[in-house]
Amino acid sequence: MDWLTAWSWSPYAAGVGIGVLSWLTLYFSGHPLGCSTSFARTAGMIEKLFRGREVEEKLFYREIPPVVDWQWMLVVGMVLGAFLSALLSGDFRLQWVPPRWEAAFGGDRLTRIVAAVAGGILLGFGSRWAGGCTSGHGISGTMQLALSSWVSACCFFVGGIVTALLIF
Amino acid sequence: MDRKSQLVQGLLFGIVFGFLLQKGGATRYEVIIGQLLLEDFTVVKIMLSAVLTGMIGVHLMKRLGWVRLSPKSGSWSQNVIGGLIFGAGFALLGYCPGTIAGAIGNGFLDALAGGLTGILIGSGLFAGLYPRLRDGILKKGYYGDVTLPRLLKVGDWTVIVPLSTLLALTLFLLERAGI
Repeated sequence: MDWLTAWSWSPYAAGVGIGVLSWLTLYFSGHPLGCSTSFARTAGMIEKLFRGREVEEKLFYREIPPVVDWQWMLVVGMVLGAFLSALLSGDFRLQWVPPRWEAAFGGDRLTRIVAAVAGGILLGFGSRWAGGCTSGHGISGTMQLALSSWVSACCFFVGGIVTALLIF
Repeated sequence: MDRKSQLVQGLLFGIVFGFLLQKGGATRYEVIIGQLLLEDFTVVKIMLSAVLTGMIGVHLMKRLGWVRLSPKSGSWSQNVIGGLIFGAGFALLGYCPGTIAGAIGNGFLDALAGGLTGILIGSGLFAGLYPRLRDGILKKGYYGDVTLPRLLKVGDWTVIVPLSTLLALTLFLLERAGI
């Protein structure tokens, strides 16, 4: 059972595994792998806590109701699965500032958190604008040969590479 | 299928997905940034092998009538502008909406305290602006849920066979180049 405790697997083992997983989710649950919509649903649930039921009347939340669904549970499962894998790998650690960030921008926690919030805002806004993320468009959509997903996936990486080269 | 078994299935599939992402290295900031700086191709290797495997399987199942595919609808303005905004966030944060769930499980607190908060704010902002965007800019250059085979007016496998070869060749060349 050494493979379960290995620090990491070949990216091909992980990739083929995700490919096979995408067959299974489609066959058994009728859903492709995806993540970002669940964050939009969660944003709606939080807004509901403050503003009540009227949030459900908003155009966006009439299309994407703020409820727990298959994909929302998938994302919860992902936290658990990664936790399990990190524990088995001996890689679980509470870490505020990633070493690579620290080498480039210093170890200040607040700076890193502010950048992470800003990046997250762009990520959340951009994924809703594009209609998906690196899983929904980048993996599930491209494998279904959707034009929207191929265009999005290319733009994710173009935007990502240009921004990374600019800030590092 | 009833709602409860749907939710349980989602949870179980999610555990596998998170496990695979962590083992593949995609939950680490270093690996994502290394990819965007074109130094470490782990993310591309995971994604292309997943797409290659997935594409063949889901189209075989479609052919057998076992599943129905659901290509997403889109437009040039939606996918290009949204994709570029997403990309900028991807590089600034160093996680994406999927790998951030994994990063949280890995113990990375910048993902939990910073990234997750940001994604929720960004999604909420979009929900607020949605009525003004939906029938305006998001519809510019609308092409709907068209797929590459339908666009080229050919059968699915006429695209899948050369595309699989291209993806496999890309992976082969990445290995040859030692990156």
